[in-house]
Amino acid sequence: MSRFSKTLMALLLAGVTTSAIAFERYKGIGRVATEAEVAAWDIDVRPDFKGLPKGSGTVDDGIELWETHCTSCHGSFGESNEVFTPIVGGTSADDIKTGHVKSLISGSSPQRTTLMKVATVSTLFDYIQRAMPWTAPKSLKPDEVYAILAYLLNLADIVPADFVLSDANIREVQERMPNRNGMTTDHGMWPGVAAAKAGMGNGGKPDVSNVACMKDCKKEVEIVSALPDYAQDAHGNLAEQNRLVGQTRGKRTSAPGEPAEQGEPSVAAAALALANAKGCMACHGVASKLVGPGYNEIAQKYQAQADAEEMLVAKVKLGGQGNWGAIPMPPQAHVADEDIRLLVQWVLQGAKAQ
Amino acid sequence: MANIDARPGRIRPAPENFLTHEQIVAVKEGRRGFLRTAFVAASAAMAAPAVVQAAVQGDPAILELPSWSTTLGMPVAANPYGLPSRYERALQRRESPGLTRVGGSSVSFTPLQGLFGIITPSGLHFERHHQGWHDVDPARHRLMINGLVKTQAVFTMDDIMRLPSVSRIHFIECGANTGMEWGNVAVPTVQYSHGMLSCSEFTGVPLKEILDMCGADYKKGRYVLAEGADGSSMTRTIPMELIESGEVLVAYGMNGEMLRPENGYPLRLVVPGVQGVSWVKWLRRIEVGDQPWASKDEAVHYIDLMPDGQHRQYSSIQECKSVITTPSGGQLLLDKGFYNISGLAWSGRGKVTRVDVSTDGGINWRQARLETPVLSKASTRFNIDWVWDGKPAILQSRAVDDSGYVQPGYGQLRAARGTRSIYHNNAIQSWKVVESGEVSNVQVL
Repeated sequence: MSRFSKTLMALLLAGVTTSAIAFERYKGIGRVATEAEVAAWDIDVRPDFKGLPKGSGTVDDGIELWETHCTSCHGSFGESNEVFTPIVGGTSADDIKTGHVKSLISGSSPQRTTLMKVATVSTLFDYIQRAMPWTAPKSLKPDEVYAILAYLLNLADIVPADFVLSDANIREVQERMPNRNGMTTDHGMWPGVAAAKAGMGNGGKPDVSNVACMKDCKKEVEIVSALPDYAQDAHGNLAEQNRLVGQTRGKRTSAPGEPAEQGEPSVAAAALALANAKGCMACHGVASKLVGPGYNEIAQKYQAQADAEEMLVAKVKLGGQGNWGAIPMPPQAHVADEDIRLLVQWVLQGAKAQ
Repeated sequence: MANIDARPGRIRPAPENFLTHEQIVAVKEGRRGFLRTAFVAASAAMAAPAVVQAAVQGDPAILELPSWSTTLGMPVAANPYGLPSRYERALQRRESPGLTRVGGSSVSFTPLQGLFGIITPSGLHFERHHQGWHDVDPARHRLMINGLVKTQAVFTMDDIMRLPSVSRIHFIECGANTGMEWGNVAVPTVQYSHGMLSCSEFTGVPLKEILDMCGADYKKGRYVLAEGADGSSMTRTIPMELIESGEVLVAYGMNGEMLRPENGYPLRLVVPGVQGVSWVKWLRRIEVGDQPWASKDEAVHYIDLMPDGQHRQYSSIQECKSVITTPSGGQLLLDKGFYNISGLAWSGRGKVTRVDVSTDGGINWRQARLETPVLSKASTRFNIDWVWDGKPAILQSRAVDDSGYVQPGYGQLRAARGTRSIYHNNAIQSWKVVESGEVSNVQVL
């Protein structure tokens, strides 16, 4: 039976009528969506909280969930700058009053954290629900999203430690968001109609106005910035990033790289590619600690241990904590068993590139 | 003059003043033995053995037949899907080291320094993923339309590909293109400064056709949410006015074939003139609504910080911009003489109407030639003749679009927006040329 007729059968069994849609011009194309289908995909939450699921979560539950799902990338307090930019930091009690984060004006904060920028608490709920955790998006239940969000809000002192965030009180939380008054749509880069005509933006009026002067346009030319010498080779050897013929060549900025290996990639190269593809390299370096230990550190610690391979395969699969510090390694359910074994063997053999 | 990579095929004249006046007189008098000695010495100094022979008989590339002229070549379909020449390996998508720490949420840049015309080869189209890319099974992909429509509907790829299609050439530029350069020069080449720009022919169905089918409420529903099927299920708000114009496409084709997986296979939104993040890849759902959504990528990222501490939200249009792609940063001019200054210009508001080029850092300008086709919201190739006299120069290009907007300089842009915006940097780019022929990235006000 073809895939098409299977789908059709399933729809008929489910009592779906495929002819209800009155697409006069394009007969036979498309069908009505079922309520269950729309509910399965229509998960967005708008600033007016349209789409917000019912539910609640405590700060305490949020701490637990955070440690399991979030700490490895974001740090225990949402402060980590190791993998992603920090979520928490840079906001004050005064900002909660004014609704505009002061350090954005002064530029005093070295980085803009999520809570410094975001104006709408709905954005955080929506994003955590649709895209987190990083390797298992859409796996959190609404109550878990509420709890994780409650913990984040507590870290920024937007809600107290005993707070229970719910669909019933999230509007009150919105009124305490530190940068709730920090967004403007008064600019010319919204392609729809202007705010004056019930849309957004200024209708497309640019904020700069240059003229196409052709002759003697200025007296002198001042170079205000140039690439510093130490950064010349930061992007590799530019001679190898330009064509070998033509009107120019690339400038040699470092020693020529090794010529690419011909033929089949080695087992080590395949393992390295796998480590990249599965996101392992986000937290582990080859030689040294990033978020988790470096591969060489792991090899050194366990090489002599007879059951090292089995033990590490289990650790990667199920996650672990405490061997290398407080930051837990989340379970890597998205990596196939044979791939985990290949990666562990590669790590124990020194995590070589070739 | 830069001498590290001598140009092949040139029969080099002896260096200037190689023969003194006395020596020339001696040669004329027939003392050829002296000339021979002097020539051998000069050849050795040039460290290019071919030249010795070249000067005597000609170019070995002509005199000695290469293997491809004297042996049998490869059969048809040796590469069932063709690949570029192995000599073109230098031109690849590359990441900018240190820009991001996770490959699944990162950028790879198009090597603009080596491309011609306006179409970006599909394999070199820049990438920006928010939670990694997948190769989506097209038979299991669906497009759902819901929200303020009479009929909430589902379409398969079979459905969408049966509808009347259009093919249009448009540029796509990430809102953060040139973002590393807001405060100062940060990267060496045009690949990293402007390489989040590509231009392709896209094939698909105007979204308006599909919304018409579903009976969209165009009166109340002035905003549309586009959502991807990837892990991040990336979402952005699109104004209904753009969709009503017929320009916004639900596209499956790119440059004559299906979209590449990295570019949203099997279905992506095409939103001409608007920053790339709104061109939602792996498009699974369109919702019609009466308010914008303030999704993560329009409430935390892709917001432009202004000097007063306010962020501009829903900034979407890519304003008129241009860049010289060759000669450009990190390249070397091998000799004085004629060059074809070539670059790209584009505008999210419409057609590019002219491009001016300066070789003196913006004091004087000349109008460049626009090569056809010149299309609305598409990259436009410009060229202009230049004879390099071997002296320092600063190359710039400045584009104008059919709204009359003239691409601004860094001074004007920073006066309006400061230096912390990250997004929407469309300032005039400067490339400095020094006597050695080296070209580098600089900023002038």
